Amino acid sequence: MEYGFTTAAYVVAAVLFILSLGGLSGQESAKRAVWYGIVGMALAVFATLVGPGSGLWLLSILLIAGGGAIGYQLATRVQMTQMPELVAAMHSLVGLAAVFVGVIAHVELGRVLAMDAEQKQALEGFAKLLAKKDGVEVSILRVELFLGIFIGAVTFTGSVVAYGKLAGKLTSAATKLPGGHMLNAGAGALSLISLIWYFNTGGLLPLALMTLAALFIGYHLIMGIGGADMPVVVSMLNSYSGWAAAAIGFSLGNDLLIVVGALVGSSGAILSYIMCKAMNRSFISVILGGFGGTTGPQMEVEGEQVAIDADGVATALEEADSVIIIPGYGMAVAQAQQNVAELTRRLRAKGKNVRFAIHPVAGRLPGHMNVLLAEAKVPYDIVMEMDEINEDFPETDVAIVIGSNDIVNPAAQEDPNSPIAGMPVLECWKAKQVFVSKRGQGTGYSGIENPLFFKENTRMFYGDAKASLDQLLTLIQ
Amino acid sequence: MKIGTPKEVINGEARVAMTPDSARQLQKLGYDCAIESGAGQLAGFSDATYEAAGVEVIKTAAALWKASDIIAKVRQPNEAELKRLNSKKTLISFFNPGGNEEGLELAKSKGASVVAMEMVPRISRAQKMDALSSMANIAGYRAVIEAGNNFGRFFTGQITAAGKVPPAKVLVVGAGVAGLAAIGTSTSLGAITLAFDVRPEVAEQVESMGAEFVYLDFEEDQADGAATGGYASVSSPEFREAQLAKFRELAPEVDIVITTALIPNREAPELWTEDMVQAMKPGSVIVDLAAEKGGNCKLTMMDEKIVTDNGVTIIGYTDFPSRMAAQASTLYATNIRHMMTDLTPEKDGQINHNMEDDVIRGATVTHGGEITFPPPPPKVAAIAAKPKEVVPELTPEEKRAEEVAAFKAATKQQVTLLAVGGALLLAVGLVAPASFMQHFIVFVLSVFIGFQVIWGVAHSLHTPLMAVTNAISSIIILGALMQIGSGSFLVILLAALSVFMAGINIFGGFLVTRRMLAMFQKS
Repeated sequence: MEYGFTTAAYVVAAVLFILSLGGLSGQESAKRAVWYGIVGMALAVFATLVGPGSGLWLLSILLIAGGGAIGYQLATRVQMTQMPELVAAMHSLVGLAAVFVGVIAHVELGRVLAMDAEQKQALEGFAKLLAKKDGVEVSILRVELFLGIFIGAVTFTGSVVAYGKLAGKLTSAATKLPGGHMLNAGAGALSLISLIWYFNTGGLLPLALMTLAALFIGYHLIMGIGGADMPVVVSMLNSYSGWAAAAIGFSLGNDLLIVVGALVGSSGAILSYIMCKAMNRSFISVILGGFGGTTGPQMEVEGEQVAIDADGVATALEEADSVIIIPGYGMAVAQAQQNVAELTRRLRAKGKNVRFAIHPVAGRLPGHMNVLLAEAKVPYDIVMEMDEINEDFPETDVAIVIGSNDIVNPAAQEDPNSPIAGMPVLECWKAKQVFVSKRGQGTGYSGIENPLFFKENTRMFYGDAKASLDQLLTLIQ
Repeated sequence: MKIGTPKEVINGEARVAMTPDSARQLQKLGYDCAIESGAGQLAGFSDATYEAAGVEVIKTAAALWKASDIIAKVRQPNEAELKRLNSKKTLISFFNPGGNEEGLELAKSKGASVVAMEMVPRISRAQKMDALSSMANIAGYRAVIEAGNNFGRFFTGQITAAGKVPPAKVLVVGAGVAGLAAIGTSTSLGAITLAFDVRPEVAEQVESMGAEFVYLDFEEDQADGAATGGYASVSSPEFREAQLAKFRELAPEVDIVITTALIPNREAPELWTEDMVQAMKPGSVIVDLAAEKGGNCKLTMMDEKIVTDNGVTIIGYTDFPSRMAAQASTLYATNIRHMMTDLTPEKDGQINHNMEDDVIRGATVTHGGEITFPPPPPKVAAIAAKPKEVVPELTPEEKRAEEVAAFKAATKQQVTLLAVGGALLLAVGLVAPASFMQHFIVFVLSVFIGFQVIWGVAHSLHTPLMAVTNAISSIIILGALMQIGSGSFLVILLAALSVFMAGINIFGGFLVTRRMLAMFQKS
């Protein structure tokens, strides 16, 4: 290649990106890891600007600066509870950018192919790269950019819908247009036909058709997925944005794009896998939306929900030696993490063993609860994963469930007909006493009755999580 | 009715079946109590203390047997004693009905009722009269004390100004009542205690007493004691081999061996063979609690203490409870008293020999001129009757086998994946041009690295991971930068938009990540 420096810089950048992801294995090394990522990105952009992308470098720098300013504003203003929305929104940008880049590649390809040999000699930059390609390479290029646009378009509308759902602008329930999966399948088939058409002709029409179909798939697919499955959706979209970048990297012959796209793609795929495993469901069934079908009548829940007031909870907490707090999306919605943290501090000051049990799918984003608790300055070494803490419940005096439902549902273990049967859950009902802070008597996202609320050692602490905890904090000094 | 306790006739037996305390309790049931003069002497209870408790002291054995309707004693009665019975008398004692046919016949011919204390069934309700357990408890304790008495070192490890002393290593074979008592005593004295039993379900009890359970390298289901009323049964030859092999391995390192392995109504199994004794260090001690039934070690001499040529002391005493007569008498007398309570439901001083009652039926060996031994199986299941379907605890060997199997499965899966992946790659390589393959290799390797790296990411950092991957996925900006200078206005416009959006993403993504990570802090 003519750009020896650029290639060298790309190698360094690729290594830095890998280190950046690998560094996230621990809280301390993670702080360093972000800097690797930042330096890697800066190096990549710089090397491109002085090398193959030097065409309109001033404009490029201005645009990056402008975008950067907006990004800075967004990042500093966003509330930690809005993190899922922000991530989803930013995915849509990557998706859209991938679509644009793919379209440009198509336009340029058409222009270059129309030229004769002499004109090709005079070309510069990206077009020059295209001009060198022979017949087979052009065909492959078409497939690549086609895929790039397809994945990018799905990512774009999917992320926009996910953003809408997470931000509460769209209904979080799973909704489908009449026709359901057939519509998706139809759009998919249309895209496939377009691919063959485009592969043979290189025309704009099949590309446009496919783009529309892909935009529709992204929209309809994510609309059909309920709010509780959002962690999987977000990480899946993350994965898609990576694959889109990789596909574009192929069409541009840029190795760094391929490397980073593949890294991001596989990271999102693994996260999705982890989430699905935590819910004991297959990726397919999450993506196709809704909870899996049940095979028989669900177990009847017997007993009644017994309410308790703040005084009762406070007394029990004063007497307890060990407390486990199980936060869920409800805590995020009520913005109650500061109160939870304050309660934790006070209880710990009294010498009680207070810990947090985090279910892998608690919240709307992988690791959502950890971030919220960290924001509220809860030390991360008392925040435990499900596997670490599940065995400790029988020796625990008090378990407090704050705004979570399905992840503490004993039906997953006791009722083989339950839609969540087999899903690993936090066995909080084994604690001596369980308090559930909950807004009302409704069911969770999955719409399943929770037998936990009817257990003898469970007391319901009704009310908005934040208000309830405020009340509790006045009683515990 | 009158309950009388004679002096034990067997030489060296110091126990007595009635204590002043138990006599007081028996009187509350409506009985009169009598004792032969001097019966409690060796256990530390003088005639005066009995008299103070309201017990009639009778001078001779003959007079006592004549005067009493119920005779409570400890040891199996001899012929002379049995001849004193008649159809109105009840005898409560250890009787060894399985090996005492003449005794049974004699008692039957006299028409007396005999309650054999060792026949009390092992059910929860009967535990309070289970004299075997209370005697075994004492034997286990005393066995450790005797061993310590004959062992020239400390039990506990010490680091003193005069040097370091290693702790003694004690192996207890058979974790029944005596074994568990021995384990408890030994651990509380500070020795490293190992324990073995053929019933794997007692491992939990052993570990709860602070000892380490010795697992065998053996596949077959080990005998489940729950089926045999909580007692051990005979094991298969293969199992026995595995067990002996394990003991051979342990023999050179243990200082004290306490064997308690008994199988009901059989000779004691040989568990500690001569070569194991040879392998032990000089100064080691073996206490064989099974000496009465032939011993778990064939070198054991019943009722004797011997020292082998290589300096190993073997203790074969059978009178451990008698050596602690005061304690043993108290417990035994209490067992007898509980038996009487069951025999006297009305508390009116009259025996109601209810043969429908599981406990009474089980313990009675002659009644109404008939031999009622052996008893039918009790209607109530044994104490250990809750069958544990849960696999108790995998032995280290089983765990290793499982790991190996899992490893093999993983290898198989990985090899298949690699083969399929490799074949696909080759297929692509056949048709695609070299320029494409170059990039393709980079792609495959990157995916691979991604998979390797991401698995290591901590769960709590998944959100920062998403934010950071989001930020670096704006690497798409490179594509736009490369295209922006090339060609028409449309190209420039689209490319410019892409650069702009990616710019937002780069700054936004990294900043948010940094913000999040800065929040994570240790306590």
